[in-house]
Amino acid sequence: MKLAYWMYAGPAHIGTLRVASSFKNVHAIMHAPLGDDYFNVMRSMLERERDFTPVTASIVDRHVLARGSQEKVVENITRKDKQERPNLIVLTPTCTSSILQEDLQNFVDRASMSSDSDVILADVNHYRVNELQAADRTLEQVVRYYLEKARRQEILNISLTDTPSANIIGIFTLGFHNQHDCRELKRLLQDLGIKINQIIPEGGFVENLHELPKAWFNLVPYREIGLMTALYLEKQFGMPYISTTPMGVVDIANCIRQIQKQINIWASILLKKNYDFEPYIDEQTRFISQAAWFSRSIDCQNLTGKKAVVFGDATHAASITKILACEMGIRVSCTGTYCKHDEEWFREQVQNFCDEILITDDHTEVGDMIARVEPSAIFGTQMERHIGKRLDIPCGVISSPVHIQNFPLGYRPFLGYEGTNQIADLVYNSFTLGMEDHLLEIFGGHDTKEVITKSLSTDADLTWNSESQLELSKIPGFVRGKIKRNTEKFARQNNIQKITVEIMYAAKEDLSA
Amino acid sequence: MSIKIFETLTFECETGNYHTFCPISCVAWLYQKIEDSFFLVIGTKTCGYFLQNALGVMIFAEPRYAMAELEEGDISAQLNDYQELKRLCIQIKKDRNPSVIIWIGTCTTEIIKMDLEGMAPKLEIEIEIPIVVARANGLDYAFTQGEDTVLAAMAHRCPEQKTGIEKKQKTDDKSIQELLSFLPIKTKEKSTNSFNLKNKFSLVLFGSLPSTVASQLSLELKRQSINVSGWLPAQTYTDLPTLGDKVYVCGVNPFLSRTATTLMRRRKCKLIGAPFPIGPDGTRAWIEKICSVFDIETQGLEEREKQVWESLKNYLNLVRGKSVFFMGDNLLEISLARFLIRCGMIVYEIGIPYMDKRYQAAELTLLQKTCTKMCIPMPRIVEKPDNYNQIQRMRELQPDLAITGMAHANPLEARGINTKWSVEFTFAQIHGFTNAKDILELVTRPLRRNNNLENLGWTNLIKLEKG
Repeated sequence: MKLAYWMYAGPAHIGTLRVASSFKNVHAIMHAPLGDDYFNVMRSMLERERDFTPVTASIVDRHVLARGSQEKVVENITRKDKQERPNLIVLTPTCTSSILQEDLQNFVDRASMSSDSDVILADVNHYRVNELQAADRTLEQVVRYYLEKARRQEILNISLTDTPSANIIGIFTLGFHNQHDCRELKRLLQDLGIKINQIIPEGGFVENLHELPKAWFNLVPYREIGLMTALYLEKQFGMPYISTTPMGVVDIANCIRQIQKQINIWASILLKKNYDFEPYIDEQTRFISQAAWFSRSIDCQNLTGKKAVVFGDATHAASITKILACEMGIRVSCTGTYCKHDEEWFREQVQNFCDEILITDDHTEVGDMIARVEPSAIFGTQMERHIGKRLDIPCGVISSPVHIQNFPLGYRPFLGYEGTNQIADLVYNSFTLGMEDHLLEIFGGHDTKEVITKSLSTDADLTWNSESQLELSKIPGFVRGKIKRNTEKFARQNNIQKITVEIMYAAKEDLSA
Repeated sequence: MSIKIFETLTFECETGNYHTFCPISCVAWLYQKIEDSFFLVIGTKTCGYFLQNALGVMIFAEPRYAMAELEEGDISAQLNDYQELKRLCIQIKKDRNPSVIIWIGTCTTEIIKMDLEGMAPKLEIEIEIPIVVARANGLDYAFTQGEDTVLAAMAHRCPEQKTGIEKKQKTDDKSIQELLSFLPIKTKEKSTNSFNLKNKFSLVLFGSLPSTVASQLSLELKRQSINVSGWLPAQTYTDLPTLGDKVYVCGVNPFLSRTATTLMRRRKCKLIGAPFPIGPDGTRAWIEKICSVFDIETQGLEEREKQVWESLKNYLNLVRGKSVFFMGDNLLEISLARFLIRCGMIVYEIGIPYMDKRYQAAELTLLQKTCTKMCIPMPRIVEKPDNYNQIQRMRELQPDLAITGMAHANPLEARGINTKWSVEFTFAQIHGFTNAKDILELVTRPLRRNNNLENLGWTNLIKLEKG
């Protein structure tokens, strides 16, 4: 058992549902107790979805507990088949149903005999994988199912398209800025003269999946979902894939160069020509994207050496770390991810770009780290935003888990050249907010707020007398927290309960000595 | 599908495929109500994910609740439940030092048959903090019924009322007293104080309400010279009311049938079955019923109700003649429908997760009376509704307002049907005379919004082929 207040990644079935409901005309049926269909609320509220979320529950109640589901699941599947005529029904186990150990596969087999839809059982273990891993797995499972089916029916199309084309794998519902990223990627590929073969799962039809192998290569923009599918396609059809996330000017260029290398293999044979994207990269980097120019401008000079902390999923945390460190000259004191399963990759990506690496899914550890490091800005998830609020440190949200404000209506990609502009804005705004604040403090701005504790620990055994409080309030805000904490640390070390102005100075001397 | 009009109340039961919140959500309001409590939800990541998303910002405010997240070792019994829970509870005691820890059992603890009720008394003695066990799981209950399970469990912890004279008669209660013997028995003076002036009986109200609303209701009763001797739950656990066979109890919420049963059967209290104090009509009927039990003539109630209706005039003009469809998810539906009918609305359907006809008897009678009075056909009451069928019915009926969960709100809005999220009724203050306005404020919000946007011409915002 684990005492937990908050988690970064959700339970496995959420991942499965996200993939299933991203496809068009696919229905998911959860084998779950009443109230477990909270996913519908999230999709309807966060994504502001206009259509009913294609997820229903086959309710596990007291009777099911006593006698087993019996016909219930099968009935629910066939009923949904008649009501909505989906192409595919995904039976989704939940944590509850997985300990019931009912033979769900048997239900699936029986239901698929009587329904027109294809029926599959999502193959995920609730106690071993999280939301992201489950999503990755489910996507691969669906793709494999349809490619094998196509092979049996002999409709599998493995001839390449006439001109270079790509599949984009891993764009899905409730993903962090996924819709905007998708549009940006489409534009990028279009600029390069590469056709989009398919985008999965978002908006894709399962009946078209058998045409996946026609693409020249697969593009997997995010680490968390799509890699398993790409690996499967590589193994089965020899399709190359590119998994460099095109986030930040440097990595976009890397990604494009890899694309160039891949398509030239076929282009030189099929089209008798070679693609050269270097002029495009140069033009975009220097003149279309503002980020490269921004990092040379005076503004960005002021950011040099400022401390930042980064935390998020593996993809975003790694990319943002690299952008801050290489492209903006910001010092990343600590970077981390909650994707513990991808630790090795993450470490390899960021090891030269930060002082410290933190791999954890415990938000209190992240909070303590931030309190200790005292960065000028945080780039993290909604949780880090709240930690930042409490510590008075600005925070830019760069990764899920997210809140409704991270589903903006306006165009805000993180990938591609427009993405670099968005990220530059995000980073710069986070820091300037902090700096303006400091200037206000230095020039005796409108600060009438009382001093509030900045430490995340709850021990309040120390008291500050009124003079020392006054003295503390005179100290500019951006160092006040640090001085307060150092003083308290000093007091504690010396067993002092009451903090006076003298103690403050003694602490200062002690520290500088 | 033809829509029948009924002369009497009809009850139907559908498939139970409906959307609602998991009953563990009750910790959200209960931990705030019971200030010295700590809620430990013993469940999986799924439960935790629901809580953290459903409760949004509250999570960041260092709430007094947490998950005891079960891991694979717990499920397969490789770890010892008792030791694990002990470890966590000691941690909680150290960090927060609450007066009570409430264990919320979930679906998983049911399925693996974790004996929470068995472990709690032992651990309670060991760590010296009372542990209350409530099995608020999605296998048995819906949404607000979670509160019901918690309060029913707490009813056992209320101190026994002691009055020297009656002691001899209470022989059959002995077993319960023995069960509760380790609890501090409230001092005598408290229980004598709580007797109300006009007679020898005391009145305890049950149901968790924000403290302002609770005191408003207490005040309304005081005007009729009835003293409320206690609330279940009180603001703090240490302040639970005394119970016994001289105690009358009355519910303030329609979803508290288990609590009512427990109070009657286990604590020998006398239950006052009244409509619920939701809307001015409900509040008046509620007070009148209580007064009639204590043989008190009500004073100025009619006048008071009239005043409230008068103050609602502007809202009533908006809702009169409009139709409403309750999809059903929080058990407040009957009372709200009854109030809205009295406001002049037409109710097509009252979906409700679970209908306790005995506990809600007075409310149902009032509903029937209200329908007759307002010359409106009786709505159908659909227990365990099927959301898919309901949406088909709604497509046909085109109600002016659907009261529904958040899963359906946006899709219905996109199809031109105004919606109000039902969850808001659980969190808003809706009880008593004073708060009738708040209910209508909620109900009319989509209608008012639409008056503002009326002339824009885009009410239906989905592509046609999708229907």
